[in-house]
Amino acid sequence: MSTLTEVANGIGVSVRRPDGIPKVKGEFAYSSDMWADGMLWGATLRSPHPRARVLGIEIAAALAVPGVHAVLTHADVPGRKTYGLEHHDQPVLAFDEVRYQGEPVAVVAADHPETARYAASKIEVAYEELEPLVDPEYALSDESPRLHPGGNLLRHVYIEHGPEPGEADVVVSGEYEVGMQDQAFLGPESGLAIPAEDGGVDLFIATQWLHVDRDQVAACLDLPIDKVRFTLAGVGGAFGGREDVSMQAHACLLALHTGRPVKMVYGREESFFGHVHRHPARMRYEHAATRDGKLAWIRARILLDGGAYASSSGAVVSNAASFALGPYEVPSARIDSYVVYTDNPPCGAMRGFGAVQTCFAHEAQMDKLAAALELDPVELRRRNAMTTGTSMPTGAPINCPAPVEELLRSVAERPLPEGDSGVPGGIANVTRGEGVVRGVGYAIGFKNVGFSEGFDDYSTARVRISEVRGEPLVEVHTAACEVGQGLVTVMAQIARTELNVENVLVLPADTQVGSAGSSSASRQTHMTGGAVQAACVAVREEWERLGAIGAGIEATREYHHRPTAALDARGQGDAHVTFAFAAHRAVVDVDVELGLVRVVEIATAQDVGKALNPLAVEGQIEGGIAQGLGLALMEEIQVVDGLVRNASFTDYLIPTILDMPPVELDVLELGDPDSPYGLRGIGEPPTISSTPAVVAAVRAATGRELRRVPLKPDDMIGLCGS
Amino acid sequence: MEFLQPPTWREALEARAAHPDALPIWGGTDVMVELNFARKRPPALLDLTRVSELSRWDVEDGGVRIGAGVSYTRVIDELGDRLPGLAMASRTVGSPQIRNRGTIGGNLGSSSPAGDALPPLFATGAFVDVASARGERRVPVEEFVVGPKRNALADDELIAGVWLPLRAGSAQQFAKVGTRNAMVIAVCSFALDVSDGRVGTCIGSAGPTPIRAREAEAFAEGLDSWSEDAGREFGDLVAMAASPIDDVRGTAAYRRHALSVLARRTLKWALCG
Repeated sequence: MSTLTEVANGIGVSVRRPDGIPKVKGEFAYSSDMWADGMLWGATLRSPHPRARVLGIEIAAALAVPGVHAVLTHADVPGRKTYGLEHHDQPVLAFDEVRYQGEPVAVVAADHPETARYAASKIEVAYEELEPLVDPEYALSDESPRLHPGGNLLRHVYIEHGPEPGEADVVVSGEYEVGMQDQAFLGPESGLAIPAEDGGVDLFIATQWLHVDRDQVAACLDLPIDKVRFTLAGVGGAFGGREDVSMQAHACLLALHTGRPVKMVYGREESFFGHVHRHPARMRYEHAATRDGKLAWIRARILLDGGAYASSSGAVVSNAASFALGPYEVPSARIDSYVVYTDNPPCGAMRGFGAVQTCFAHEAQMDKLAAALELDPVELRRRNAMTTGTSMPTGAPINCPAPVEELLRSVAERPLPEGDSGVPGGIANVTRGEGVVRGVGYAIGFKNVGFSEGFDDYSTARVRISEVRGEPLVEVHTAACEVGQGLVTVMAQIARTELNVENVLVLPADTQVGSAGSSSASRQTHMTGGAVQAACVAVREEWERLGAIGAGIEATREYHHRPTAALDARGQGDAHVTFAFAAHRAVVDVDVELGLVRVVEIATAQDVGKALNPLAVEGQIEGGIAQGLGLALMEEIQVVDGLVRNASFTDYLIPTILDMPPVELDVLELGDPDSPYGLRGIGEPPTISSTPAVVAAVRAATGRELRRVPLKPDDMIGLCGS
Repeated sequence: MEFLQPPTWREALEARAAHPDALPIWGGTDVMVELNFARKRPPALLDLTRVSELSRWDVEDGGVRIGAGVSYTRVIDELGDRLPGLAMASRTVGSPQIRNRGTIGGNLGSSSPAGDALPPLFATGAFVDVASARGERRVPVEEFVVGPKRNALADDELIAGVWLPLRAGSAQQFAKVGTRNAMVIAVCSFALDVSDGRVGTCIGSAGPTPIRAREAEAFAEGLDSWSEDAGREFGDLVAMAASPIDDVRGTAAYRRHALSVLARRTLKWALCG
């Protein structure tokens, strides 16, 4: 070994991320910044209608535009005409019908992006407009038209937990709604496809999972997978919105057709049509408890609007069911969770993945129950707190630390903030304190880490050590996507610690190494971190055996989490790998006459197992809270009759720095028994219970029920009889 | 697209006369959005940033004349004491970058009912200086803005600047409702200018143009002092003068309600200090 002293910048240290300063200075190369000699620009023609038959597509006028090199339709897709994460139900380019506003119908390659867009506008598509099916409840009924051959019900998950609900001392019920949130990543969908001499194609792409993109695109291109090579380009945020294919197949088709590199970059407006969103939800809950505040049973009915195509709806609806009750000891529950097809924008993965919607409902219910029992809301939660060994509604016991009571205590015992950091409305000068009422609210949530229900979402890492000018150099090669979460930094930290070598190079992520699985489900540090650790251990053992690095030592290892099982017809099964928990306390000032909110402070406590990079942990938690605050107060894609009304950052509002309060943070490191270093995924929990905590605080300030997020001023002041 | 960049005001007016379809541009905070979204495709852009006199402001004729190219940031930094209402409104415009680029002249040129600088101009009774190669004229701002994103500018005219009266003892207020604490387009806004014997008001973002609430002004002019009842009455009169619609940013009912609250609060601040 090279040295006996502990290596610098290993795990547990707040190593600075290599992309941080370049991003702040505007020097980071995002996928939209790529350039190739002789490249063409792609543009997409999209359906203006939420539902219509495509009667014909006339491309001659577009092809005649000078500078245009290709105009492609479904007829030019050589392989499978559809793609999808769970079902291949989404056309690469529309062929018979369009099922949502913005569905791609044709693509153009031209020598200038303006020319490509202009030519796209010259394509004549004959549509027969149909009445869009936009109400998910109606979609579920027998009377509605079938949007897909299998009907409109995408998936129903039924969970039967414990004995049949019976009489109870106290029962509270409520109906709740969650609007359509967008991931609102700042780097729009973009990529560069380069045709290769072997008849294949190389795509440089901002995505969350290179291999699953590649497999879908290869099938559509009718090429063997070794001729379709994907490399990760600079990703400007993801949050689930890059799990589905957007322009990947389009750019490759155009590049193969023209024999030229083709770059595609969505504009901001187009981006709102280019990816899936968070499922809007309608939820009906009944909570029953004994007089002394112990939960007796819960009934929940959850209806998610899946939109036009399946995406990952099947997994989202299952997650909504699994986490419908919250992190509580519940003796009995009956849960029906549905997701349906409509002609609304397709919905799929977004940070929190089904648990966000139900957490908003179950936490509102817990507050309601506490009020009915005249109990403090934190006390009610503590009396029912789940612990290690508590049975999930899906049957299996919680197998990891479940510090529900500890997290609640942490946020509840923290001193309340004094004073304020400004009034609601900020510099807009709407109040000097008139109408301002302070409120405090609590919420706690939990979620699975990694993919569930029997899915083996392994990761692969290749680690090589060599000597460069007499110094050891470690190279780490994976296909894991750095989407801004700091994975590149953490992989290098792991390699330093395992090999006691400071000089570590993380190679670009590509499909020349085995799959790393998705940068989602709070799983990537756990899974790819585990693979890097395992490959490093293998290299170290070989190095120790040989006693020298020699010409170099290389090892490739896969990391698999423990196997899980599918849910049976009663929703029972050991479906989840492990779980992550967080609690939030929100303090808000509400102008109760104007319905404007300023969040004064968020206190949070989260068990991260082991903080490999404490600063990155803090960043993830604060960013997740911002996204949860956004859902509580402002973020919604407004869809009317299937048409998106606010596809811009002018009217799709996300929190600014002036909307974000100081975050008081308590990071617990309780150690997972079954993960590398005991770490636990951290990306999603901050987003899950921050939303209901903010809403609970606004309820406390306004005294109103507030059953829908994002909150609207009208609801907060009671203009609509909320 | 042709790009015209006259170095002097005279040449700017000549260029405007020669290219009546040219779209004038200064900070570009509205114009570039329109171009990027392909909502406008003018044959020419007329860049006025080289015309140095447009970036000046002067105290003249008992008021302040602000050149069309004075940015919001400069109004905040340089005119906050003389024109507090306009400075308050300027603070609520966009982000620091937008306030550095965007101009009062541009806000007038766009003539959006949501233009943040317009209500203070209306409440104060400002005049817009417009000019062409034919000559100059001074138009009351209420006559300048004629509809949503429409104004009284002739094909050959440019906005030279805006003149606001300075009144002794004037108490000015501006308040804006948005669903975010910064960087937000107004759901509605309200400007108030109270000086000896005169009350000027203006409602923003709740009608096709900024709207002066005349009845509310007359009511407030007759007040001896502040009372909660008077404040409520004033608020109701302002709300009645609004002509709001339901749109993606808010409901008509909410706008009306919020305006009554803003009017009541700002009147109290203006009268009670």
